[in-house]
Amino acid sequence: MTASPRTTEVVDPVPGAAAPHLPPASGQCTVQLLTPEGDRVEHPEYSLDIDADELRGLYRDMALVRRWDAEATALQRQGELGIWASLLGQEAAQVGAGRALAESDTAFPTYREHGVAWTRGVDPLHVMSLYRGVDNGGWDPVATRFSPYTIVIGAQCLHATGYAMGVQRDGAEQAVLAFLGDGATSQGEVNEAMIWAASFSAPVVFFCQNNQYAISVPLERQSRVPLYQRAAGFGFPGVRVDGNDVLAVLAVTRAALQAAREGQGPTFIEAFTYRMGAHTTSDDPTRYRLASELEEWKLRDPIARLKAHLSRGGLADAGFFDAVEAEADELAARIRSGTVGMPDPAPTEMFDHVHAEQTPYLAAQREDFVAYSASFGEGVER
Amino acid sequence: MSTETLTIARALNLGLRKAMEDDAKVVLMGEDIGRLGGVFRITDGLQKDFGEARVVDTPLAEAGIVGTAVGLAMRGYRPVCEIQFDGFVFPACNQIVTQVARMHARSKGRLPMPIVIRIPFGGGIGAVEHHSESPEAYFAHTAGLKVVAVSNPADAYWGIQQAIASPDPIVFLEPKRRYWEKADVDLDAIPGPLFASRVVRGGDDVTVLAYGPMVKTALQAAEAAAGEGRSLEVFDLRSVSPLDLDPVMASVRRTGRCVVVHEAPTSLGLGAEIAARITESCFHSLEAPVLRVGGYDTPYPPSRLEEEYLPDLDRVLDAVDRAMEF
Repeated sequence: MTASPRTTEVVDPVPGAAAPHLPPASGQCTVQLLTPEGDRVEHPEYSLDIDADELRGLYRDMALVRRWDAEATALQRQGELGIWASLLGQEAAQVGAGRALAESDTAFPTYREHGVAWTRGVDPLHVMSLYRGVDNGGWDPVATRFSPYTIVIGAQCLHATGYAMGVQRDGAEQAVLAFLGDGATSQGEVNEAMIWAASFSAPVVFFCQNNQYAISVPLERQSRVPLYQRAAGFGFPGVRVDGNDVLAVLAVTRAALQAAREGQGPTFIEAFTYRMGAHTTSDDPTRYRLASELEEWKLRDPIARLKAHLSRGGLADAGFFDAVEAEADELAARIRSGTVGMPDPAPTEMFDHVHAEQTPYLAAQREDFVAYSASFGEGVER
Repeated sequence: MSTETLTIARALNLGLRKAMEDDAKVVLMGEDIGRLGGVFRITDGLQKDFGEARVVDTPLAEAGIVGTAVGLAMRGYRPVCEIQFDGFVFPACNQIVTQVARMHARSKGRLPMPIVIRIPFGGGIGAVEHHSESPEAYFAHTAGLKVVAVSNPADAYWGIQQAIASPDPIVFLEPKRRYWEKADVDLDAIPGPLFASRVVRGGDDVTVLAYGPMVKTALQAAEAAAGEGRSLEVFDLRSVSPLDLDPVMASVRRTGRCVVVHEAPTSLGLGAEIAARITESCFHSLEAPVLRVGGYDTPYPPSRLEEEYLPDLDRVLDAVDRAMEF
């Protein structure tokens, strides 16, 4: 009996320790318009005509969102939120993508897209209410064109694709932006969404924030090829963009959305970034990644690089930065007082909206609950 | 008045056609439903008449069918998904349970999910594995879903239209082994409510409950019992979730005995819930415990054994005997 030949599995003895996925700061395959030092560079395929007002607007967005994020983390530590999923480090990816959307486009987020929520005009308190356990997100998804947060990994990619199929049927010139993470690319439903989008040439853009970790598991366990190369297998373009470069993200996403609106079908964008904080406030990233890795990424901070560009180019003065900081403090104070003062929902709210047309049995359960609660003497609001 | 003799399959086809004519937002999605007309031909001819944008031959992925239906519903469409066979619904269960069922509640009513998920269900057709399942209890257990099971051509014709018009997501179970059975359907009738049970045979001794393919079995049992001098009152539950049990309870208070019949495995099946509710409401009227006749707690067996597995006339009568002798 002869031994059959077998391939040797490559196993990382210490996942992430070698950090083989860490990219060069720039590279041929990564679209970059602003270096980590804040220097504007040109790219042969993606250009961005942007004035100083817009640049300052992007800075303001990112700074305010980061402040909101910091306040939310603090509120969780103080017991005012059940959990918080921080976006620290991903501000450029989210603000760039969010600002690339036209008013009539629609976004389908995961549970970390606070920066996109901001660009859609969602009140931060409507996101805080989710993490406080008051509701599942308080914003109006129809009015904001920002779908509810989706916590099951990748499920929203199919919703985005189906919505895009509806856009097609309506003959509307609109695009749909589906958000996902690097871990989600392993989900069957995400792959199904990309097959669907390709087969029907749906006007949807898959925006993958590759923040390098699915909680603790590094990218190598999800994929042996760079994520943007996956798109080729589905039959549509894949682009890797420096996810910490808000200008490059804006330019690449804008182009992809416009192509979708024009009937050219889907694009997969890999925004190469880094989750500088924990997965959520329940996580301890020191157990699975090296401090040196975080230090290296801090040098590519998305906000610092735009600030450097604005300052050195004379596009913003100290007064502007001070004003943004003051506005951020005001926002944080509003978020804090709004969160702490947020009332618990009426207990009977859990019975509401289960169906559009409530069933008699559920109505009876609700009545029983009200009667049971009332039996303690205080009663609950009906 | 226009009355036609229709099979359940043809009634579904006509009902789908009518729903598509009535509402341009109705979109059918599924595997092989277009050019082929579906493996059971339920959508026969519809793609030819309504086009590929409204009768969509999808890629072969059930989660994709239901997940994209969620997005279409958000956009204002009324998707009707065909799952080719009951056993193939499981890849779609994440979307059904975590998304379809909850989106309305999650969004505080801002995102209704008028989605119909059609599933040919049940055994008795001599099929290979995964083609004979009765998965209704999973869906009935899921808050936010409604589940109906039709048993006859008239309910098929009206029920599919009512399900499509409903603002809530509905799992629509079709008794595949009864697809080709015929009855007269009054196409101009005013249909009764979708989520209501119905007495299909009056009687005094035992109340027998069934839905989908087992309604015919229960009626056959009632006919045989009548020859032995026993009078069975047979209900077609029609709606598995919500259950319409008030009329059933009125019947049980009169007969004092109740037998529930379904193909699905007995443990934690619909019969268990029904027995509990009837016991809670009719305890003092019961002459015997509520008895269940169902599939065994085994995987659905290879087809050479399915006649042993499936409830039939004799097993229903055996339960009736036990209820009477208790």
